[in-house]
Amino acid sequence: MAVVKDYPNPFERSPANTIGVIVIAAYLIYAAIDMDLSLARFLEGLGHGSALLDRMFPPNFTRWELLLDGLIESMQIAIISSVVGIFMSLFIGLFAARNMMPAWVSSPTRVIIALCRSFHPVIIAILFVKAVGFGALAGLLTLIVASIGFIAKLFAEAIEEISFKQVEAIRATGASFTSIVLFAVLPQVFSRFIGFSMYQLDSNLRNSTMVGIVGAGGLGGTLFSAFQRFDYDFVTAILLTIIAIILLGEFLSGKVREIFQ
Amino acid sequence: MSTINHQWERFTFQKKLARFAVYLVTVAAFLASIRTVDVIPEFFYDAPNQISDMFSRMWPLDTAFYPITVHAALMETLHIATLGTLVTLIFAVPLALLNARNVVANPVVNWISRFFLVSSRSVNSLVWALLFVAVFGPGVIAGVLAIAFRSVGFIGKLLAEAIEEINMGTIEALRATGASWASVLIKGYWPQVKPAFFSIVLFRWDINVRESAVLGLVGAGGIGVVLNDAMNLFEWQKVSMVLFSIFAVVILAEILVVQIRKRMI
Repeated sequence: MAVVKDYPNPFERSPANTIGVIVIAAYLIYAAIDMDLSLARFLEGLGHGSALLDRMFPPNFTRWELLLDGLIESMQIAIISSVVGIFMSLFIGLFAARNMMPAWVSSPTRVIIALCRSFHPVIIAILFVKAVGFGALAGLLTLIVASIGFIAKLFAEAIEEISFKQVEAIRATGASFTSIVLFAVLPQVFSRFIGFSMYQLDSNLRNSTMVGIVGAGGLGGTLFSAFQRFDYDFVTAILLTIIAIILLGEFLSGKVREIFQ
Repeated sequence: MSTINHQWERFTFQKKLARFAVYLVTVAAFLASIRTVDVIPEFFYDAPNQISDMFSRMWPLDTAFYPITVHAALMETLHIATLGTLVTLIFAVPLALLNARNVVANPVVNWISRFFLVSSRSVNSLVWALLFVAVFGPGVIAGVLAIAFRSVGFIGKLLAEAIEEINMGTIEALRATGASWASVLIKGYWPQVKPAFFSIVLFRWDINVRESAVLGLVGAGGIGVVLNDAMNLFEWQKVSMVLFSIFAVVILAEILVVQIRKRMI
């Protein structure tokens, strides 16, 4: 009689997995009870949802002048804040790079960058709206802060990853600090920097359609007032415009990235 | 007689032209925007005064306010972020699988799922929140769904990219044994994308904590509601208390994510 060896199942379920599933299920139940989520409420909402969809379609483009005004303002905000924010990030990123600067320069700069990053753009926008009033200026300042938080950090990291041989070679010729930055550091990080900048332009374009919701100018303001007047077909028109402009932006930034590869 | 061009150039003429065009368009767009943007200069010059005035009103923090309202709202915000991230997975994982070319080798299906992912990403979470507040009324459900629908695009895209980068050898080996479709998915794809999956989900959770803090501004629950109320009543010391607690939670979430990532991945 042949002996059938009893191999252990190689695909055994691990106890860690089981515990993970139980913990997640327990959390779901706890959170649902804690926040009064119920299926009845959800199902009731679904009915409203189909009513809302009925009113949202077809999109209504009859007030295209209003739409175009908001769109142009959003693009102005995105372009100015990207250019100014990226330009400032060039210096801030350089100051934050630990291999180029002594610690007493880089550490405070890093704290500034972290502060710019830690708040959501909408919260910064609210503060700027209170400080400089409604309108495009608040949106501009908000997105400049957001750009610095993102680009300066990535730029500092890119500079920290460069090869130091070229820096030493250029330093050995007796070049000044500016020349070292221009001819040893910048060529190594330039194409990555273009990539970050295009990403930031994209994200500023997205965010410039959002900061208007709290009164900082742009298409977001148009969107929010359309919501408050229950003009849901106009809301759809605005949303479609936003999606189209963002797709266009992604296409263009892809092209630019190809050029600078 | 052949002539050799001894002048070495790094870029061809076309490349130079393309680069120059990009610079030109950038400068032109910047100048056009600066000249036409609707900014009142007096407001700009006045900004430093206004900002310092605002901060002087914010100080000191109203710490007595924390246990009354802020704490419960803060917990609600964390719940919204976590639940939203979990709900996202229900949509994001199938879409990521459909979008990955080495799982479903059908360009039409790939394209359809990509369309859903892109539209999810293009609409900001605040706009999703507006939509869901219109559907479900003000409250936590709108917040959870807003977070979930915004995250689908993010997690789906990154997860699909992670799936496309895996080594197909194990998949082929499993297929050769006659394993079922589900077994290939669970024993072939999953172990390879597991680290990427957890790191993407943790990353998105970290972002969601930040985002869920502002959803309340449009009525979708969480700490944003408290912030909005305090601001509308010009209670700046309460505003600064709320801002400080958001700041603390965001930092804690980031530290937590970094620690988990160090241990697990």
